[in-house]
Amino acid sequence: MPDIVVKTEDVVKEYRMGSNVLRALDGINIEIERGEYISLMGPSGSGKSTLFNMIGALDRPTEGEVYIDGQNMSHLSQRQIAAFRCHRVGYIFQSYNLLNVRTAHGNVTLPMIFAGIPDKERNEKAEKLLDMVGLGDRMYHLPDELSGGQRQRVAIARALANDPSIVLADEPTANLDTITGREIIDLIKQLNLKQGVTVISATHDLKMLDVSDRIVDIRDGLVERIRNRDEIEIEVGEVGGHE
Amino acid sequence: MQQQTPIEEQIDLPFVESLRISFQSLKIRFGRSIITTAGITLGIAFLVSVWTNNEIELALQESGRSSAITNLDEAAEQGISTKDIWLIIMSLIVCVVGIANSMLMAVTERFREIGTMKCLGALDGFVVRLFLLESGFQGFAGALIGALIGLLGAVILGLKNYGLDLFFYFPLLPAQHENGAFQLGVLLLILFGCILGMILAIIGSSFPAWRAAKLPPAEAMRTEV
Ligand SMILES: Nc1ncnc2c1ncn2[C@@H]1O[C@H](COP(=O)(O)OP(=O)(O)OP(=O)(O)O)[C@@H](O)[C@H]1O
Ligand SMILES: [Mg+2]
Repeated sequence: MPDIVVKTEDVVKEYRMGSNVLRALDGINIEIERGEYISLMGPSGSGKSTLFNMIGALDRPTEGEVYIDGQNMSHLSQRQIAAFRCHRVGYIFQSYNLLNVRTAHGNVTLPMIFAGIPDKERNEKAEKLLDMVGLGDRMYHLPDELSGGQRQRVAIARALANDPSIVLADEPTANLDTITGREIIDLIKQLNLKQGVTVISATHDLKMLDVSDRIVDIRDGLVERIRNRDEIEIEVGEVGGHE
Repeated sequence: MQQQTPIEEQIDLPFVESLRISFQSLKIRFGRSIITTAGITLGIAFLVSVWTNNEIELALQESGRSSAITNLDEAAEQGISTKDIWLIIMSLIVCVVGIANSMLMAVTERFREIGTMKCLGALDGFVVRLFLLESGFQGFAGALIGALIGLLGAVILGLKNYGLDLFFYFPLLPAQHENGAFQLGVLLLILFGCILGMILAIIGSSFPAWRAAKLPPAEAMRTEV
């Protein structure tokens, strides 16, 4: 039996703007296995980020349930949700979302401060993580002093601070050039392979295709289809052939 | 599903940790912090100068050395003219609105930061405490400086009007005059100004911070200023 980390049951999300109701998610059912690399793909406005927010407990669904590690997220208390965000998930965003008032190192230590990890331990771990993402020589720079690719590396190091079992990435390469984007994808893929972290990434980026185990195509708030890696490779091959 | 790992409860941060984070934030955003603080300073400077000026006039009236400009009959009767009352109320309103506005601006700019901290595991209470500490410190520092500036302004004006007599009759401490008029004294006014500035800064910042902290992080992070 597969080990399911994330399961959504008929997840609906509506946004109300005055009398208008926009149905951003229209009943999403997906199951994601531990250790998978999943890409959520779809046109702009299809609901990828909305789904990302539901899975990461960054917003509540209007209807339906999200289960993480078998836990129904809607049954958690405020404190449990905070602990969930702190320990179980690492978030990576398109716009990095680093805290500008903290250095690269300070950004990486913050989730560990929230987790109550002692000073010395968290400082060492932050150094180790920043080294791993290739920023050993930029640790004490503020985000403003770093390039986009470097900022995203800080965000990745920060996402890993409390050894999450899931990394959620919302268009992590959208603000980066092709080569830097490739490096970021490789870095995330390495985590997936070496540490067994489950990766769920919303993306437009076709470079993500060949590292994904499965691709979930989202359209108009619905799962249009789910493709496996072997099906993808054929399509990538076709795309490659035309070039 | 196979696995049912219970999700633990998030812990509270020790107070020193919050203090450290808030000071660091003030330090790095020093330029912006100064501007916000300047809003508080101006409000309190205006308030304290108007009030101190009023105290000085009252004290010198009582001493019989009032400047000729004042309507003596009215002053003797009421101790404080309607014009002065109006000015005092106006200065209070300007001060409240000014401080609330500068704090609100400063918090609104940081909605994304609040959302991000919540993604990393911050409790709502931590976010509020962070803003409480930052704004309390800013409020106190800004108000103290403002009160001193306001005092200086009123003293200069008093020197111009009354010359060195000002220092003989300076209403530093609370006083009860023979005709029953009561004066609070400048010292208490300054203290009041500092406390008011701090309270206004704290309310002006913690209230919007609390509202932002209650939002789901996805919404807080959407806010672009
Ligand atoms: N907070 C919100 N309030 C109102 N409407 C929203 C909100 N968030 C998203 N939407 C709407 O929901 C729909 C889905 O948005 P979402 O951000 O999930 O799309 P997306 O697939 O991530 O798009 P993109 O690729 O451009 O990031 C869009 O029509 C969007 O306008
Ligand atoms: Mg999106």
